Amino acid sequence: MSNMVELSIAKAINAGLKKAMQDNDKVLVFGEDVARLGGVFRVTEGLLDEFGEKRIFNSPIAESGIVGTAIGLAMRGFRPVAEIQFDGFIYPAFNQIVSQLAKLTNRSEGFLQMPVVIRVPYGGGIGAVEHHSESPEAYFAHTAGLRVVSPSNANDAYWMIQQAIKSPDPVLFFEPKRRYWQKGQVDLDQSPIGMHQAVTLKPGKDVTIATYGPMVVTALQAAEVAAQEGINIEVIDIRSMSPIDFGHIAESVKKTGRLIVAHEAGTFVSISSEIAAKMSELCFYYLEAPVIRVGGFDVPYPAAKLEELYLPDADRLMEAVDRVLAY
Amino acid sequence: MVQLLTLEGEFSAAKEYADYAELIRDLREADFLKFYRDMARIRRFDNEATALQRQGQMGLWVPAVGQEAAQIGSGHGVGPNDHIFPSYREHGVAITHGVDLMSIVKMYRGVNHGGWNPHETRFHLYSIVLGTQALHATGYAMGLNFEGRVGTGDPENDLAVITYFGDGATAEGDISEAFLFAATNNTPQVFFCQNNQWAISSPVGTQTKVPLYKRGEGFGVPGLRVDGNDVLACYAVTKKHMDDARSGKGPTLIEALTYRIGAHTTSDDPSKYRDAAEVEYWTARDPLIRFEKFLRKQGIGQEFFDEVAAAGDLLAAEVREATFAMAEPELDLMFDHVYSDPHPLVAEQKAWLKGYEESLGGHTPETPGDDSVNYGGTR
Repeated sequence: MSNMVELSIAKAINAGLKKAMQDNDKVLVFGEDVARLGGVFRVTEGLLDEFGEKRIFNSPIAESGIVGTAIGLAMRGFRPVAEIQFDGFIYPAFNQIVSQLAKLTNRSEGFLQMPVVIRVPYGGGIGAVEHHSESPEAYFAHTAGLRVVSPSNANDAYWMIQQAIKSPDPVLFFEPKRRYWQKGQVDLDQSPIGMHQAVTLKPGKDVTIATYGPMVVTALQAAEVAAQEGINIEVIDIRSMSPIDFGHIAESVKKTGRLIVAHEAGTFVSISSEIAAKMSELCFYYLEAPVIRVGGFDVPYPAAKLEELYLPDADRLMEAVDRVLAY
Repeated sequence: MVQLLTLEGEFSAAKEYADYAELIRDLREADFLKFYRDMARIRRFDNEATALQRQGQMGLWVPAVGQEAAQIGSGHGVGPNDHIFPSYREHGVAITHGVDLMSIVKMYRGVNHGGWNPHETRFHLYSIVLGTQALHATGYAMGLNFEGRVGTGDPENDLAVITYFGDGATAEGDISEAFLFAATNNTPQVFFCQNNQWAISSPVGTQTKVPLYKRGEGFGVPGLRVDGNDVLACYAVTKKHMDDARSGKGPTLIEALTYRIGAHTTSDDPSKYRDAAEVEYWTARDPLIRFEKFLRKQGIGQEFFDEVAAAGDLLAAEVREATFAMAEPELDLMFDHVYSDPHPLVAEQKAWLKGYEESLGGHTPETPGDDSVNYGGTR
């Protein structure tokens, strides 16, 4: 049985939120401009009409307040879904996320659960002004007590937002904003795999590319280019940056012997650093080449006219493919 | 400033505070005795805790000496089902809501991070990063609004929330944001600021240019100042504004003007930054002395005060004994409850540490009494 519909990633998140709000009246959606406008990316469009202003409402422009009140609402038994309007605006909430949200379950020895979802449109590629194109996921993946995920396609977007809302733990839900309008098939009936599981989107035998979020499409493009050159690339969507499904990646590396990890964020102390370190432990005797990391650079996200140079594209991935194959 | 007890312990209310005075007239002698007992109890506990820290039995102690009226008075003004979001010095408020004092010792001894059940006590965990708890309180109060637990007139149904913070915390953005969210959501909430006049070494003038009770006004949270060393006034203003909050009249900021007679913590040395004369001035305004004068004027005899003093000594001995007997935590505590659902990394690291410790002969939490030098206490 399947019930397939074609949706953009933005519409799929919208549909997932709607389903979660229908299923559980404790689910609340709030943030800046999410109500009547439906958010600056329209991800929450239409929810106000269906659920009313006690379930979805605009918050003052105060990110610490948004997350701090979400924590209080969770203490009362609600399941808040807070939107941070853009990646670069999450920092005022950093203290509430790191010192409070992440730690309250541990501090209370389990008496308090924190089923809070923080939705964050992230990443570049939309020609935006400063602070609208960042990839801050590593800060949160580094923080014990948080879960960090990112869907790369519409089906995952629909299911993972619902899984995040059902989680008793806080989830940072990073939405690949330049892929919001990317359409895909969503299976409304099939029960999904766990949100922390990695998946192999394209099998291959020569090189593994592991990535997540907006870079998944880029990796698939690189795999196509490589195929024309007779190189068979395996593409893994890791989907979850905390925890990371190292076992799935290791299985692939044991097969291909070569791993590239890619993301938009700078590579220094990043998700790819962690994967590289872990693979050197798990796959030491299988690796034919060092793990190569492909990312943005360790500079502030550049002005829009330079972002094409900053963002890794299929060519930059292919350059890395050539390097790992040269060993 | 709302004051209902003169320094000499006379009950006396200015005309404009008649509403508050009325709430005191509803109290009985047993209530007054309870207030005094609690203040004396927490003072004795506090001094014992400082002594235990000095003897190496606690990592740190945060004394609340001088703030007993603000804490016990306001704590009793909170309804039994209301929720309290404290900072880290609210030992007095804690006992008004049935928190076991040993839970607080446990935390400052370094055995855990708090660990009492906030759902049960309705007294939430101590929040150490200043001001954060005010937003939790506001979020909680927003939830009460959504659930229709405000303003129905049914005392079984209606609830309110109170958050405690100090003068130093008012400088944090979270306090301002909490005022804003509270005002725009008309939350059932009291902000209770204990202005003890010192944030470690910084006097209150470092944190504010206007009186603290006015800090909410621009956001739409009306405020008032109460004599924080007057237990009856602190009780009355808290009771009145919590009642108002429960009935849907929205949030209020209460500034309780008091004084931190002791150090910020046992790591602090206030002699480096404040005059002895100032401390003497406030010591003479000790809230327990004032309330004792009031009780004596009500005809309460020496026997009662002797009984309270004896109960205090007994408590101190019990706290001392329980502290020495307190078990050290198992290593599981570090890993359990990092997440509610299983997490592979945490599970892996826990298993590794257990294996490592076993390879060294096993981790054994220190047996109580191992370091039990007799410090000459009342064991």
